[in-house]
Amino acid sequence: MVPYIPNTPEEQQQMLQSLGMNQIADLFADIPEHLRLQRPLDLPEALTEPELLRYMGKLAQQNINLDQCVSFLGAGAYDHIVPAVISHLTSRGEFLTAYTPYQAEISQGVLQSIFEFQTLIANLTGMEAANASMYDGATALAEAALMSCNITRRSKVAAAANLDPQWVDILEVYLGSQNIELIRVPYGSDTGQIALDAFDLKTGSELACMIVGQPNFFGALEDVEQIASWIKGSGGLLVMAVDPISLGLLKSPGEYGADIVVGDAGCLGNPISFGGPSVGFFAVNGTKLIRKMPGRIVGQTTDRDGNVGYVLTLQAREQHIRREKATSNICTNQALNALTATIYLALLGNEGIKQVAYQCAQKTAYLRRKLVEAGFKLRFNAPVFKEFVLQVDVDWEQVNERLLEQGYLGGFPLKSAVPELADCVLIAVTEARTRAEMDQFVELLRGCR
Amino acid sequence: MEVRKGLLYSKEHEWVQEVSDSLVRIGITAYAQDQLGDIVYIELPEVNAQVTEGEPFTVVESVKAASDVYSPVTGTIAAVNEKLEDSPELINESPYDDGWIVEVKSSEFDFSNLMTAEEYESYLKEV
Amino acid sequence: MLLLEMSKPGRCGYTLPKLDVPEVSLDELIPRSYLRETEPGLPQVTEPEVVRYFTQLSRKNHGVDVGFYPLGSCTMKYNPRVHEDIAALPGFSRIHPRQPESTVQGALQLMYELDQCLAEIAGLAKSSLLPAAGAHGELAGLLIIKAYHKFNGEADQRREIIIPDSAHGTNPASAQMAGFTVKEVPSDQRGGVDVAALREMVGPQTAGLMLTNPNTLGLFDENLEEIAAIIHDAGGLLYYDGANANAILGITRPGDTGFDIVHFNLHKTFSTPHGGGGPGAGPIVVSEKLVDFLPSPIVEYSDGRYHFATPKHSIGPIKAFYGNFGVLVKAYSYIRRLGAEGLKSVSENAVLNANYVMNQLKDDYYLPYDRTCMHEFVLSGKRQKELGVSTLDIAKRLLDYGVHAPTIYFPLIVEEAIMIEPTETESKATLDVFIQTMKTIAEEARRNPEQLKSAPTLTPVKRLDETKAARQPILKY
Repeated sequence: MVPYIPNTPEEQQQMLQSLGMNQIADLFADIPEHLRLQRPLDLPEALTEPELLRYMGKLAQQNINLDQCVSFLGAGAYDHIVPAVISHLTSRGEFLTAYTPYQAEISQGVLQSIFEFQTLIANLTGMEAANASMYDGATALAEAALMSCNITRRSKVAAAANLDPQWVDILEVYLGSQNIELIRVPYGSDTGQIALDAFDLKTGSELACMIVGQPNFFGALEDVEQIASWIKGSGGLLVMAVDPISLGLLKSPGEYGADIVVGDAGCLGNPISFGGPSVGFFAVNGTKLIRKMPGRIVGQTTDRDGNVGYVLTLQAREQHIRREKATSNICTNQALNALTATIYLALLGNEGIKQVAYQCAQKTAYLRRKLVEAGFKLRFNAPVFKEFVLQVDVDWEQVNERLLEQGYLGGFPLKSAVPELADCVLIAVTEARTRAEMDQFVELLRGCR
Repeated sequence: MEVRKGLLYSKEHEWVQEVSDSLVRIGITAYAQDQLGDIVYIELPEVNAQVTEGEPFTVVESVKAASDVYSPVTGTIAAVNEKLEDSPELINESPYDDGWIVEVKSSEFDFSNLMTAEEYESYLKEV
Repeated sequence: MLLLEMSKPGRCGYTLPKLDVPEVSLDELIPRSYLRETEPGLPQVTEPEVVRYFTQLSRKNHGVDVGFYPLGSCTMKYNPRVHEDIAALPGFSRIHPRQPESTVQGALQLMYELDQCLAEIAGLAKSSLLPAAGAHGELAGLLIIKAYHKFNGEADQRREIIIPDSAHGTNPASAQMAGFTVKEVPSDQRGGVDVAALREMVGPQTAGLMLTNPNTLGLFDENLEEIAAIIHDAGGLLYYDGANANAILGITRPGDTGFDIVHFNLHKTFSTPHGGGGPGAGPIVVSEKLVDFLPSPIVEYSDGRYHFATPKHSIGPIKAFYGNFGVLVKAYSYIRRLGAEGLKSVSENAVLNANYVMNQLKDDYYLPYDRTCMHEFVLSGKRQKELGVSTLDIAKRLLDYGVHAPTIYFPLIVEEAIMIEPTETESKATLDVFIQTMKTIAEEARRNPEQLKSAPTLTPVKRLDETKAARQPILKY
């Protein structure tokens, strides 16, 4: 008996009879006998709900979670404060158990909430329009690069060498399949910022786009203005990958003249959930780019009586209509995570997002000062937002183990991700960290030396 | 569905109007716009781009479809109907006049594969 | 009323703890030219306003919890709530993807066990849990096909992916993204792949075939083995689009028929909620010979512990971190809750329900492929079209009756298509009401077609002007 299947044996018989059949197996007559599985699937035994809860609870307990420790881990996923009310709203069945709003008249809830998401992302990034969401920041970036090639009809993409290496690996997979060349723009060894002076700027005329992280993987802030004027002067697009939280404080990509802006909005109210599901956003400037965006887009319109309503629009870009000529293959996106981000942004508002960003910056600055005072060395000297690289002369993995014993997750060692920074660690500080936690962290680190 | 006399027609439902020996105007037929439904967008090609007979040179979009527009001639785009950028509905409302799409120039056109209005009318009866 | 229309300066919906570190002038931290000069453009509203706004919005939305949702090819089945509780356990929802492996052994074990379950269900060797959706799984699978041919020195030659004309649009779009040329194979009179045409198309240029089975007509391809042989004999690989796997759990396994790669849509077959369009998950499972090409990372078990590994010839990562982990938790919970028998019962009842509804409706609507269907079937509204009532009108009228419309105008090979997938979690009583409603609408089409053209009238908004939305797009407030 499966509690999710209402048909009783009697009803099954009635239904089979109406079909002129005697048994369930008759329904599968089109499948040749020898292709039918002649044994039960070899799966673990079915569990009742309490048994399931016990088993899954045990698995969950084998993980150390962020409520049990103090985390300075970042590198693409961040422990930001999540307002309690969000999950109560997103767990409403009308949102949770709906699909892509194909029937607009009974999907106004999802459609209007996507319109809100598009509005808030566009405003925050300073762009004209945003789509309904992408899988995550990394795949949004890959799609932005492909779209840049499509728009400019060029087949080289430049990406800063200080972008998240994981994002770049994904970018390479996407670009490689289309034979698009990825060129890396070096970063300054002291600043950690893009070093345009160490790059052959003439190649600009062949570039579809230049990808800039703001902040970059090292947490450092780029001097975007200079980069923007170079790439735009070369006829390429400026693609910015940004932390949406940082936009409560930092100049918006729109103000820099960015053409495409992407990022990961998982940090906006979504549970960190081992890195997924998160949600990517994708925003652009200009009619031409809007018409080439990947993904779903919601637009405002009116009904027969002139009432305002919302529909999926510009669908002729998409795979279900244009098939192999579509701007992307994306269909299912991360709608519920986008809804989460929307509610988060609505709750925080202008003042809230500024405050979160400001506290991240202040607390990061505090920990940096404390670490320097304790004799540690900052690897780069550029201004940072909520993350920074610390150079350490100890075996960080061992240190991390000792920190863990004290309930601390002590930063992300860069040894494997960025080989040239093998003796460095990336430390993230969000508004969720307290002064006491940071002070104790510094003390513990001091003890590890 | 109007088939305008004096124009030439392609099997892909484009019309060609001879403006001069070296210039033609191109659009899609009344039949084509009717099949597509309300046109919501056309991606206009760039002036000076080359077009080849039988090859797509632009795409028209309706709410639920995107269709290639094939060039009925070979040549260079001399002008595009920029009004379509903001008013793509002109293709629906006036396919042979205000809804023209591009003008193409060439020193020598080959119209041998195109149909007369009468031929196109009987062609429409077959499709 | 939108959020920004409700906004009033001075309001806020959340407050942070007071900053507890000594403040430094911002000028000392970040150059002024890097700072924002404009407002972020977010609304200023309080928590109760936010709650009421989104609650009201939700009430304007249909979901599986609200009513019948027979959206073909989307498997809108019931989403068990206990899975939400499990995914929200801090041990799953509050773990960081960069934590040392030793601190997330439970998460890795879960992924490893899910991988094994999916492999058993598919009849294949090993999974990648990374893809975030079906289309993403397709891309991963196609990149594996490419990598496999490259490994065998045939990458330059094998550039064509064959896809039936009945396939989802994601198939050709994914093939294009993976850098292949798409070749479309027609369907035959029975709704399956036209085998003769397929035979003509294959050759040394063939990289592989993508096949949805049961296909988008809801039909199990009767020539599956022959199709598999044609592709394999030509040196191509076989990709199984498992979007419709809700029909085959424990009944038949793609791997046993010779398929090399399968993707499952966990948000369809394995009951994870669709969330208004996502998140989903589209893990792929591959045969032994393709395991080395899987995206990185995969989860392995050795020396008493679970760990991430990179396959020898991996195509690389395709998504940040480890996929939509939260969705994986729910799908694994479902598999463990149901077990082998339960899953088989899912498919049996899904197929029974579909056939029951199909049989009851075929007098009123044209049924282009009149044979036993699997978990879904496709009607044509062409009889009603002759009366001046389009499939769109029928769909919109269904909304007035509190039912989500089926998938319409798809697959493209059926005129005025109406694709209906009831799923196993609907009762006979619900199906009977739906059948009666469809019959009533067919009657309305005969008697009063104008009424259908103005539908829906009982919904929060009436029929919306999509042309206007696309001509002059308004995409933000």
